[in-house]
Amino acid sequence: MNSISEATTAALYLLISGDAELWGIILVSFRVSLSALLIAFPFAMMLGFVLSFWRFPGHWFIVTLNNTLLAVPTVVIGLTLVLLFSRSGPLGDLRLLFTQPAMIIGQILICFPLLVAMLHMAYQGVSRHAWETARTLGCSRLKTLWLITLEVRFAVLAAAVTAFGRIIAEVGCAMMVGGNIAGYTRTITTSIALETTKGEYVQGIALGIVLLLLALGLNLLVGISRGRSVQGAAQ
Amino acid sequence: MKRFLLVVCLMLLTMQSALAEKMLRLATTTSTYNSGLLDFLLPHFEEETDISVQVISVGTGAALRLGQDGDVDLVMTHAPAAEATFVEAGHGIEPRGLMYNDFVLVGPVADPADLQSAESALDAFKRIAESGSVFVSRGDDSGTHMKELAFWESAGQELSFDGYRSVGQGMGRVLSLADEMEGYALTDRGTWLAMKNRLDLALAYEGDASLFNPYQVILVNPERHPHVEVDLARTFADWLVSEQGQRLIDSFQVEGEQLFFASAK
Repeated sequence: MNSISEATTAALYLLISGDAELWGIILVSFRVSLSALLIAFPFAMMLGFVLSFWRFPGHWFIVTLNNTLLAVPTVVIGLTLVLLFSRSGPLGDLRLLFTQPAMIIGQILICFPLLVAMLHMAYQGVSRHAWETARTLGCSRLKTLWLITLEVRFAVLAAAVTAFGRIIAEVGCAMMVGGNIAGYTRTITTSIALETTKGEYVQGIALGIVLLLLALGLNLLVGISRGRSVQGAAQ
Repeated sequence: MKRFLLVVCLMLLTMQSALAEKMLRLATTTSTYNSGLLDFLLPHFEEETDISVQVISVGTGAALRLGQDGDVDLVMTHAPAAEATFVEAGHGIEPRGLMYNDFVLVGPVADPADLQSAESALDAFKRIAESGSVFVSRGDDSGTHMKELAFWESAGQELSFDGYRSVGQGMGRVLSLADEMEGYALTDRGTWLAMKNRLDLALAYEGDASLFNPYQVILVNPERHPHVEVDLARTFADWLVSEQGQRLIDSFQVEGEQLFFASAK
């Protein structure tokens, strides 16, 4: 512990040398979080779209409920799922506790409200007449949704990146629902928590570096694609 | 670029994790897992039997709860009283003594409570409270926590004394916290040996018979939870208490010291 730089050097070596256990953990993290994002995204997109283009009874209620869910701590979601999925719980027969699918469900619940809130805002930037115009011009509903989404693609991309960042960096729910089983449900964050308990900082630092690089990469992606389009518009 | 990303996504999603057909779940305490004992034993067992063991490492209280709810197939814990209740209530069957190690008290090198001259472990606990030293407690219903509470109770000591810090964390974290706060802590010897090089703490008291720390392995009752893999669990328990399992436990070392002493009869 006396030398942070020493531990960091060891961590970098661990990453570069392709340590199988370390990369296995990273792979589990990506599988779980990407699956959760890909499943949640289409539904969140539709809900966000509907919320910003139509007013209907109960509209305010859904928005308020969604914003409330945004504030639910991930450990509470984790605890709820543990109680549901435990063999003694109501959904125990599904045998989901301490599996990757259970973690995916947890992460879907965590990122869904965030996606809805951000996509709702994103679509609000589009004139409400766009829908009717495109429909009058003969576009199908799906095609119209696609055209409008293209208009606000950077905000949509930002929503996906933010949601992904949140679930891959989340530890409470992953730990409770996944059980931190080596080689199966051990993710970047639960592994960092475990290694810290053991006083082994090297692997924790290596995994922390991965998360940092990931955040940097994703934000560069958003920045670069936005910068390109601005340039394109200027020309 | 888009196509590349898509391919990567699909690869990640469709890859099947390498799970063996026969799989069993063990809930155990941080002391057996974080010390590296299970990482040392399991490959031997898995190679011999083709049964893969998934380990959930929590405190003894949580491990027994997972057994009670039928979320694991067997438990390996170290809290004799809680284990007896667990078996009496019908949650577990076939409890078997597996191995033991012992608890030790660790604390600041200066030893402000003068534990070096304590006459017994109970006396050592009294000295900590009376000297107003900091004591870091697991506070998480683990086997170590239950052991500590039993000492305070025999000492007739209320837990409201000034230096008492209940932190609700695992053994490793508690040792780090005791290090930072210059306080005392009760720890299993295994975690202490594994971590002592990173800490400015010293062994303050050891050796009393009351600090004995026995581990048991208990199968989850299949009558309560018909879905548990009781046969696989029994195979594993049998292997642990077998001559070979016991020999491997004895041969496990950290920093050149033996951590666990096989004790199956």
